Amino acid sequence: MNPTNYLYLSALLFSIGAVGVIVRRNAIVVFMCIELMLNAANLAFVTFAKMNGNLEGQVIAFFTMVVAACEVVVGLAIIVSIYRSRRSASVDDASLLSR
Amino acid sequence: MSGEVIVFWALAPLTVFAAIGMLLVKKAVHSAILLAFVMIALAVFYIMQEAPFLGVVQIVVYTGAVMMLFLFILMLVGVDSSDSLVESIKGLRGVAIFTALAFAAALTSLIARARTGRDPVGLELANAEGNVQALAALIFGDFVWAFEVISALLITAALGAMVLAHTQKSPEARQSQRVRSIARFRGESIGTAAGLPGSGVFARHNAVDVPALLPDGKPSDLSISNVLAQRGDVQETKTYSLEGLPKLDDEEGSK
Repeated sequence: MNPTNYLYLSALLFSIGAVGVIVRRNAIVVFMCIELMLNAANLAFVTFAKMNGNLEGQVIAFFTMVVAACEVVVGLAIIVSIYRSRRSASVDDASLLSR
Repeated sequence: MSGEVIVFWALAPLTVFAAIGMLLVKKAVHSAILLAFVMIALAVFYIMQEAPFLGVVQIVVYTGAVMMLFLFILMLVGVDSSDSLVESIKGLRGVAIFTALAFAAALTSLIARARTGRDPVGLELANAEGNVQALAALIFGDFVWAFEVISALLITAALGAMVLAHTQKSPEARQSQRVRSIARFRGESIGTAAGLPGSGVFARHNAVDVPALLPDGKPSDLSISNVLAQRGDVQETKTYSLEGLPKLDDEEGSK
């Protein structure tokens, strides 16, 4: 099968994740959409590795996963601390700088 | 038709539907479950594309660790108004969908034109000694410096999460046992020093939402948990009051 299909799927998933980041208001759902975008990029990396017969794409995807894990840990800690002080996980409520 | 084609066309539409469903469902927990499905499907795609190590790591790290963390935080934060799908900025949804469609169209046309007429190489040669061995040679060879930096990043992230999620206890909360004991037996709470009355005592039912009856037949509000009272889950106290019944003293007096 032509691996380009994986790239189309990756582009589609990335776009869906981008819509989610803009549209949803719950900070945790926004965060999950960011994870979806990261995963889509990973799929593209793995597909490029197969296309070029070179494992470096898989190594980069592996590193992306580790960085994404770090990002999730810190991001969720930030969400929890915001929730503690404001009693809300909505991204619209964290708007102190605009006032 | 090879197995890869069948699996791809069976799984890829489901993956896209699950991803779209992530945006449409109201509850964040349902979004998390759909995202877990997308991640497992991606792991299958990795394994089909001669990346078995990444496929396993995807399941272990993403569906195992990251999604567990998401669900854990969801339970910690709970459900609030931010789950609603009402758009707070007018027209944002239309703009977002239009932009994303345009972006997807641009990417798709780019991919379609970039690879026309070139055969993919495949990983048979690179994976000759086994995928894990070849990846290990790369990670601990060419990319060893990046690997070390990422280990530092992991430790920093763990410390950062600890600092961000840590809360200092207020000094008032740290009273000694002696102080608390004196406050309990010499303060206003002397009336309940022996414990609050249990629910349902002397009442017709002993469920947690049935107030206990005092010796004069009146229901006792103290016997019901405050949480139940605030949620409005308490049985109507008058139903269980004994005031309407003939008193025991009268019956014995008539005999």
